[in-house]
Amino acid sequence: MVEMFVDITLFVMLVATAIAIVRMRQLFGVVMMAGVFSLLSAMLLVALDAVDVAFTEAAVGAGISTVLMLSTLTLTSRIEIPATRSPLIPLLVVTVTGAAIIYGTLDMPSFGDPNAPAQVGVAAQYLAQSPEEIGIPNVVTVILAGYRSFDTLGEVAVVFTAGVGVLMLISGLRRRRRKPDNESRGKTS
Amino acid sequence: MFDVDFILGHLNYWLFTVLMMTGLYIVVAKGNLIKKIVGLNLFQTAVFMFYISLSKVTGGTAPIFPVDMKIDPTVVYSNPLPHVLILTAIVVGISTTSLALALVVRISEEFGTIEEDEILAITTELSHLENKELGEAMGGRG
Amino acid sequence: MRHHLILRVITKLLVSSIILFALYVQFHGDFSPGGGFQAGVIMAVAFILYGIVFGLEKVQAVFPAWLVHKLMALGVLVYAGTGVLSMFLGYNFLDYGAFSPDHPSHGQHWGILAVEFGVGVTVSGVMVAIYYAFALRRPAISDEDW
Repeated sequence: MVEMFVDITLFVMLVATAIAIVRMRQLFGVVMMAGVFSLLSAMLLVALDAVDVAFTEAAVGAGISTVLMLSTLTLTSRIEIPATRSPLIPLLVVTVTGAAIIYGTLDMPSFGDPNAPAQVGVAAQYLAQSPEEIGIPNVVTVILAGYRSFDTLGEVAVVFTAGVGVLMLISGLRRRRRKPDNESRGKTS
Repeated sequence: MFDVDFILGHLNYWLFTVLMMTGLYIVVAKGNLIKKIVGLNLFQTAVFMFYISLSKVTGGTAPIFPVDMKIDPTVVYSNPLPHVLILTAIVVGISTTSLALALVVRISEEFGTIEEDEILAITTELSHLENKELGEAMGGRG
Repeated sequence: MRHHLILRVITKLLVSSIILFALYVQFHGDFSPGGGFQAGVIMAVAFILYGIVFGLEKVQAVFPAWLVHKLMALGVLVYAGTGVLSMFLGYNFLDYGAFSPDHPSHGQHWGILAVEFGVGVTVSGVMVAIYYAFALRRPAISDEDW
């Protein structure tokens, strides 16, 4: 009962933050609200037993993501110009999509069901076998770096590739190496 | 079909769907590119919470054994597999978000604006000019 | 940010403990919540905080950009190298049993530690590199206008 009360309270705060993001036109406030949203969702994730995920979400969503968005704001503009289009078509799109998703959830097992297909498959096997096979208390780490290490290798490669992409787009490393960068810098500004 | 147990058991999916759709609305309806990215992040976070809520087992606890590995068989642990998938997805998400932000920075340097409507107007004008030039070169009347 | 005295003092106090916490999260991730992804992000946050408050030159004197770019690749290499090493020892790719054939669960511990280290190095390198890339651009609005 208490747990449910906490969940509902956090959810109401999440929705309030989301609506504030929709309505706000000062981008500084929007970015800050996005940070608040991340922290609130981290709290909700703790209530859902996902402590590792909550940890990551708090560090990434409220920390790095806010910093990067703010540095983008310093490089671009800080106020959103109100859209001239009518919001009716987006509302229609969103309603139809949401209705389709909700229709899809009607067949899903109910919340917290221990016999749901997701609970009885390979995950139960991991929980049962990892104490003898590997012997590390944190099962999330065991699956991340042990049972599913191929996946994680791919994810690390994706992170690396995204980093290289950002460097190629905006760091100007290539240009500087070729020539003392008067000519090409003048073109972009 | 729609009794109280059913509604309470599915309420979390519907609530997260509402959050997802708020994010989608920002992406579709707002013209500012940074705000679009914030909306995309909102959508992403809602999907993460949706996914994690699938892993919750009633009466379960976080999937971390006691340090001495003396496991009490009566304790129920939540499903750790979705946690792993979402954990990596969050970090990959911030990497791709930063790539998107880098693109926004480049767009703003080229066009001097990050509003979608203005960028569209500039590109249409540019393509008109180009078409006119090409048409004259081919002998058209411009 | 020369005029923010409190921020500067607090940052000096915080940065070292943030780095210590990142190392704790990295190497205690087997026993408590945490691991390479979180530790990498927290480590990057320490440098980013220092860079925001004291300026890019100061932080790049400690952690130069060329080093960050090398670290990005080094982490992936450590991860994939762990797999290749286990292949050379006659096991499957990323089969950590290779590192301690007599006692397989010890080998698993070593393997997971090495792999998590690779993850942490890459993630922190990428995050700091992205911050440097954004901070190197000339801002459209100056510091005082905020």
